[in-house]
Amino acid sequence: MRKRLWLWVPLALFAFFAGLAGYMLTQEKEQFVASTMIGQPLPDFALPAAFNGLPGASKADFADGKPRLLNIWASWCLPCIAEAPQLEALQKQGVDIVGIAIRDRPEDVANFLGRYGNPYSRIGSDTISEVQLAIGSSGVPETFVIDGKGIIRHQHIGDIRPEDIPTLLAELEKAR
Amino acid sequence: MIAEIGLAALWLAAALAVLQMVSGGLALRAAPGEVNALAIYARPAAVVQAFLAVLAFTMLLWAFATTDLSLKLVATNSHSMKPLIYKLTGTWGNHEGSMLLWVGVLALSGGLLAAFEKRLPERTMGATLGVQGFVALGFYAFLLLSSNPFERLPVPAGEGNGLNPLLQDIGLAIHPPTLYAGYVGLSVAFSLAMGALLTREVNPAFARVMRPWVLGAWVLLTLGITAGSYWAYYELGWGGWWFWDPVENASLMPWLAATALMHSVSVLAARDALRTWTIMLGVLAFSMSMLGTFLVRSGVLTSVHAFAVDPERGAFILGLLGIYIGGAFTIFALRAGAVAEGKRFAVVSREGALVFNNVMLSAILAIVLLGTLYPLLTEAFDVRVSVGPPYFNPAAAIFAVPMLLVMAVGPLLRWRSDKPARLQFEFALIAALVIGVIAAVSFFGQFPLLPLLGLGLAAALAVAAFLPLKGRNLARVPVATWGMVIAHFGIAVALFGMACEGAFSKERLAAVAPGGTEQVGDFTVTLDSVTPIAGPNWTAIEAQLAVREDGGAPVILTPQARTFWSPPQSTSESALLTRWNGQLYVVIGNQAEDGRWQIRVWWKPFVTFIWYGGILVALGGVLAIAGRVRVDVRRRRATALGTQRRADVEALGAEPVPAE
Repeated sequence: MRKRLWLWVPLALFAFFAGLAGYMLTQEKEQFVASTMIGQPLPDFALPAAFNGLPGASKADFADGKPRLLNIWASWCLPCIAEAPQLEALQKQGVDIVGIAIRDRPEDVANFLGRYGNPYSRIGSDTISEVQLAIGSSGVPETFVIDGKGIIRHQHIGDIRPEDIPTLLAELEKAR
Repeated sequence: MIAEIGLAALWLAAALAVLQMVSGGLALRAAPGEVNALAIYARPAAVVQAFLAVLAFTMLLWAFATTDLSLKLVATNSHSMKPLIYKLTGTWGNHEGSMLLWVGVLALSGGLLAAFEKRLPERTMGATLGVQGFVALGFYAFLLLSSNPFERLPVPAGEGNGLNPLLQDIGLAIHPPTLYAGYVGLSVAFSLAMGALLTREVNPAFARVMRPWVLGAWVLLTLGITAGSYWAYYELGWGGWWFWDPVENASLMPWLAATALMHSVSVLAARDALRTWTIMLGVLAFSMSMLGTFLVRSGVLTSVHAFAVDPERGAFILGLLGIYIGGAFTIFALRAGAVAEGKRFAVVSREGALVFNNVMLSAILAIVLLGTLYPLLTEAFDVRVSVGPPYFNPAAAIFAVPMLLVMAVGPLLRWRSDKPARLQFEFALIAALVIGVIAAVSFFGQFPLLPLLGLGLAAALAVAAFLPLKGRNLARVPVATWGMVIAHFGIAVALFGMACEGAFSKERLAAVAPGGTEQVGDFTVTLDSVTPIAGPNWTAIEAQLAVREDGGAPVILTPQARTFWSPPQSTSESALLTRWNGQLYVVIGNQAEDGRWQIRVWWKPFVTFIWYGGILVALGGVLAIAGRVRVDVRRRRATALGTQRRADVEALGAEPVPAE
């Protein structure tokens, strides 16, 4: 009889696995590792202008009670070109977008904005990625929703696709 | 039109799979010794189905070759500017195409089994084909209902989206089809195991039918893993050759199960022992290949390899897994008790050593499985972890070290029962080699424990692999035995490569201005220049590095950082300088603020032996197949000759002698 019992072990193990995998498949899957900075205030920063056309960005710009998007990008980043139309669409809907250009040069920034449009109200220049790292972003592009008190509410990793716009608008609404 | 032919062929093949399943199942209802009248359709159904499935795959290949942008699959995964070879490999570089390839190979092997395998009793054969049809049907349903590769776009696309640039590589032309063919070979072993279990005909004759399929699948898996490891090594640009990534583990687990199965089925064929164990491993090996498909396709685990992830499809595959594997283990639990016990053997015997190693292989399999699924388990409780080498390496080594030791002595033992005293010299030699090499290497410096053990074991195993030939006339050693010797020696070679890479690698990460020089081991690396270059569908910056070995003539290496534009992605193309005793591995990174370039250089002594070893292991498997086939053909010819002669004698005896 003990021998018979042994024969059921593989089935039992398999059933456990199938149950677990089935349960996990029904769970909402978070594909990205979110920044632990979410819910935290922005780190202190004051960045110079990235080019001559727009002012630079600092923490103080986020304290006027209005929720904003903080977009981390660079003129040398290809997915940033892909997300440019989406940023433009967001701006047309009245969203204020502050940019931080990573390791960039003024002429490249001006060139990029000239070619792909300028959805930003301010762009700070982060030549050594210090603000990027302090805010918990590991790459470009990334977009954060910041509420009117300067608290980080939401992080979007990677380029913004058309289908991501409603999520971002909803997060901005929540941060109001 | 091409796509419609393919789709029609798939539907017809699915219908034939139903016929094969029903007809094969009816074979079980025949009385022993008789043939059910409806069971005769199983074989032709399998053969025609193979033809149709291969036709469907050929049609898809054609659509990719001509970049038919009215097909959704082509438009989302190909691009008219791509080189032809990558258009073709793009056929299986996506979910639908790779599933079609899987089904095609599955049907093809089912067809081969049905057409050429005449040794099994008809009932077992019918049951086997029935199971094979049932498995195929699930995958046809999967393809046709949730991942139709021939779906048309309402309006043909102007241009395709391209293929993931990481996949635009010749390694990828070979790696997935090889692995798939291996997985599918295991599906035949699974069907045979279930067929034998259903008819309770688990005996040496059945094992001899199963063995070539297991061996073949195992050879392909070995080659697939070896190629995949080399691909990850030079294409991902991390300088490592194995990352314990879930997808890599998914290919390793079936290999471990197949290795155990191959040895176990040999024992069953030669000694009529390990009946239940062989059946269990047959089911386990196929479960692992399906589990691999599930883990890769469902996206339930996060992996760098996740190329085609979709939770809905994951649910479908999980359903199939539940039906096949759950069903198989249920039948196993109900039936295996009724399979008569095989021959017994002593603890110290060749069977004993094989059983020990099968248990060790299964333990390593369990370690890998646990490590792979652990993040899934913790995520159920909202804790995200990643399990890596610090767990896998020592945990697997606990079982790998005794396994390698027993592997050295196992082939020297006699079947059924042996006395250790008989092999005193061999034991002493193996022990002396392990201890001697470890002591000698430790004398030269401080090295981590695992590579040190690896070096000792590799030396002992390399010698022990040839000990079974001692005192034998080499010309008369069976080919299959040569296969074993070479495969075991291959393991030693690969182990040596792994241990050397782990113990003696030298690494240098530096920011270098053009004209600057770095020293790694015996090599002087000078950065000559960095230039932008353009390929058919990418642009890159390429570093020109002059490498001098011991101050000799310079060799130019050109690592690149590529940026593909469709889809946008960057890859790092490493540059390799291969010497007989190792490889110099160079990667170019980002440019720093001051204009200097990040250059990463490794000297990896004997790293190539890892893959040479893998190839040797596969070669050993091929020799084993060739040897078995040769013996089998000879036996058949002798039997045929005997039957002929008997018939002649009978005919002569029966005929009246003509009168003069």
